[in-house]
Amino acid sequence: MIEKLMMYLQYPFVRYALIVGMLIALCSSLLGVTLVLKRFSFIGDGLSHVAFGAIAVASVLNLSNNMILVLPVTVVSAILLLRTGQNARIKGDAAIAMISVGAMAFGYLLMNLFSTSSNLSGDVCSTLFGSTSILTLTEREVWICIVLSLLVVIFFILFYNKIFAVTFDENFAKAVGTKANLYNLLIAVIIAVIIVLAMNLVGSLLISALVIFPALSAMRLFRSFKTVTIFSAVFSVICAGLGIVISILAGTPVGSTIVAVDAAAFGICCLARLIKGARA
Amino acid sequence: MALLTIQDLALGYDGHVIVDSLNFHVNAGDYLCIVGENGSGKTTLMKALLHLQEPISGQIVMGDGLKRNEIGYLPQMTVVQKDFPASVKEIVLSGFQGRCGLRPFYSREEKQIADENMERMGISNLGKHCYRDLSGGQQQRVLLARALCATRKLLLLDEPVSGLDPKVTAELYSLIAELNQEGITVIMISHDIAAAVRYASHVLHIGGSVFFGTKNEYLKSDIGRFYLAQQEGEKTV
Repeated sequence: MIEKLMMYLQYPFVRYALIVGMLIALCSSLLGVTLVLKRFSFIGDGLSHVAFGAIAVASVLNLSNNMILVLPVTVVSAILLLRTGQNARIKGDAAIAMISVGAMAFGYLLMNLFSTSSNLSGDVCSTLFGSTSILTLTEREVWICIVLSLLVVIFFILFYNKIFAVTFDENFAKAVGTKANLYNLLIAVIIAVIIVLAMNLVGSLLISALVIFPALSAMRLFRSFKTVTIFSAVFSVICAGLGIVISILAGTPVGSTIVAVDAAAFGICCLARLIKGARA
Repeated sequence: MALLTIQDLALGYDGHVIVDSLNFHVNAGDYLCIVGENGSGKTTLMKALLHLQEPISGQIVMGDGLKRNEIGYLPQMTVVQKDFPASVKEIVLSGFQGRCGLRPFYSREEKQIADENMERMGISNLGKHCYRDLSGGQQQRVLLARALCATRKLLLLDEPVSGLDPKVTAELYSLIAELNQEGITVIMISHDIAAAVRYASHVLHIGGSVFFGTKNEYLKSDIGRFYLAQQEGEKTV
């Protein structure tokens, strides 16, 4: 088994997949803690459905590089969604549900009406559940992903205390003069970028798993913001790596394998807490 | 000059006025209690004082060199905080956030002041504990310590004792009174009129008719006597 793995690791595409997968998992878990605590667990789902709709429009328009359309649309939706959380007439969860199903239906409709591809259901399925494109990454794409992830991590470390203040008590943060709206906006933009990146990995239906599972698992076991954040990052990277390796060895779909590993690890964390609780 | 001067202030949401023609001032060292029925606009007034909400008309003038980021605030409990994984130390330190500007981390001096404030509030042994595991009274002390990190001049407290038992309530009130005696100006929203007239130096009554004056003036006024009698009545019933 180890030999088989070693053999696979000789191939650059396997190494690329591991690097990109773990980096995306790292970024999404860092912001995941904030999103879960702000009651925005479903934003990953909502935004990825928006991205799905945008991809549909891009493919209908025959854009060669669909990122030109997908990224801005997703960023704008993220800003709108996180803003409605504060004081809008349609509350956060309802707004996310509305936008996500709307975009999804619209996207599928467009793809059906104007499809240029011969394998429509295959296309749709791969956008929803993650394509094999993580295994066909070029070196340039890997570098883009590394640079973006580095930026996200640096942003997160530099603004860690501000993110904490804004998440824990937005009103207090504003009252003492923190530019809470600006940081909320930055968080929204970053989460949109991460989601567009992560769509390649697990597809738009499973993306929330990368955001939620690490944060929730860490919150089972740890009690301070710092330890929760660190643990969820480690958790996410390990699960993503493990998931990719298993999927290569067993020939299972990449995205759903990663999510299955995440879910199993979450179960272990819950168990660990029970045992800890029983001892105390 | 007064620390805060409020002139002809009108407040409300979506153009709908809740309270208007507010005129009062707060001097350094005052202990002002804001009382009034639910929905009379107490919290809205506090949000306006904190610049969280724009007034419909009128002015809030800051004097004595008071800056916007020198106001400490103790908000009402939010849902998010009930299961938030955060240590006491992390929360207290976040009080310095307003002074940090773009500086990413807290300085050693700030960490030391945070420790001192935790000691003042009698929670220095809880530093590593998780906020959500604390009792209501301890949580309020944590938030007070955080507010003290944000200010040395002015504290704004929004119903600091709601949901606490009588013993803890009394402890918290005397803690706040001590801070006031040390020279920190206090503005507090309260339902508890008896405590208001016991500790406060000034009273602002809003909703229906507006009253502002010293505690003794309030006790002699019609509105004060009526309101006090009403609450006494509720307690005996």
